[in-house]
Amino acid sequence: MEDIDAIAVLQDPVRRRLYEYVVAQGREVGRNEAAEAVGVARTLAAHHLDRLAEAGLLESGSRRLTGRSGPGAGRPAKVYTRARTERAVSLPARDYRTAAELLAEAAERAGLDAGLCAAARRRGEDLRGAQPPCGGLEEAVEMLAARGYEPHLEGAGSVRDAEGTEETAGAALPVVRLRNCPFHAVAERFPPLVCGMNLALLEGLIGTDGPLRARMDARPGECCVVVETSKNNDD
Amino acid sequence: MTASAPAAHLAQLNVATLLHPLDDPRIAPFVEMLDPVNAAADGAPGFVWRLVEDGAADATGLRPAGENVIVNLTVWETQEALWDFTYRSGHLEVMRRRREWFERHVEAHLVLWWIPAGHLPTVDEALERLAELRANGPSPRAFTFTSSYTSAEAAQHLHPAPRTTRDARPARAGGTTAV
Repeated sequence: MEDIDAIAVLQDPVRRRLYEYVVAQGREVGRNEAAEAVGVARTLAAHHLDRLAEAGLLESGSRRLTGRSGPGAGRPAKVYTRARTERAVSLPARDYRTAAELLAEAAERAGLDAGLCAAARRRGEDLRGAQPPCGGLEEAVEMLAARGYEPHLEGAGSVRDAEGTEETAGAALPVVRLRNCPFHAVAERFPPLVCGMNLALLEGLIGTDGPLRARMDARPGECCVVVETSKNNDD
Repeated sequence: MTASAPAAHLAQLNVATLLHPLDDPRIAPFVEMLDPVNAAADGAPGFVWRLVEDGAADATGLRPAGENVIVNLTVWETQEALWDFTYRSGHLEVMRRRREWFERHVEAHLVLWWIPAGHLPTVDEALERLAELRANGPSPRAFTFTSSYTSAEAAQHLHPAPRTTRDARPARAGGTTAV
């Protein structure tokens, strides 16, 4: 299915709400859950979820949601996640991706990391405009959502990785994690360059002299940056 | 638990030319990250082995490619495992700041190649693969992340080139836990 046809499938409002709900969970979602979340009957939700899967916008699989297996565990339920394929339509046709890849390749070869990061930081500051540095995690979530990062608050109690040496054990403070990398295709090809650019952009956007800070904490399948409360004793 | 152990592992060498000696304060942030990042590697999914100098925690004291060139030689179960560690772990922060500590390389500074599972590559063998990549460009014998080959495509290239006689010694695992 061509991108324009796949995107057109989202025109139906129920279907679009289902799609947005599944995407926002960042995990497999069953039919019952999606139906309840959107407030439609299960059969209607199932129909629309399958249309979204046919269009390649969602991927479907089956899973025993009870966590049990073997005889008596029940029939596996159908579950949905967002498909990884990117869809884009530009009218008239534009190809910013090739331009971005070529510029990134040239910057990588010439070692222009510092210049790129400086430009990204300035851009972040410009985007923030006259606003003071981002004041809190909820505000950061809103700001980052508007830029397509798909942020979510990861709450206390989660365990940090070994690399965070300055972090003492104990209740982890909540952080904003970002499910989506808006620069995914270029970041996959030139990770240090583009992820560094992204961090600088977010530092500019959030502000480096406020109560929050952006920090690199890469994990598979997510944006490489987290936003957290900056510690007073830091640096 | 389902799949049997793969017959081939992926070896990785990268070389980095230090801008200043390792004990220079300008390199200190890099040195501070060595232990935590190496620990993350040792615990990363798909990690098999990394070169360690005898009696040391890492390979930064070995300088087989030049006095100011540090080498990083590792073995992984799959290319995905290596990619995720390199670019989707605390290691990315080291990569992001590489220009502060290392010279920009004109030639390839990273090479990947498939080896028989269980084999530990020697430094000589690794440098030979890097030389091949630099001389001939990517091939099933020596390639990069962006120009990669599957272990099946490289099946006849798993062993070092037979043309040179080598006094192949096992890589210096140093009896560390990394093996």
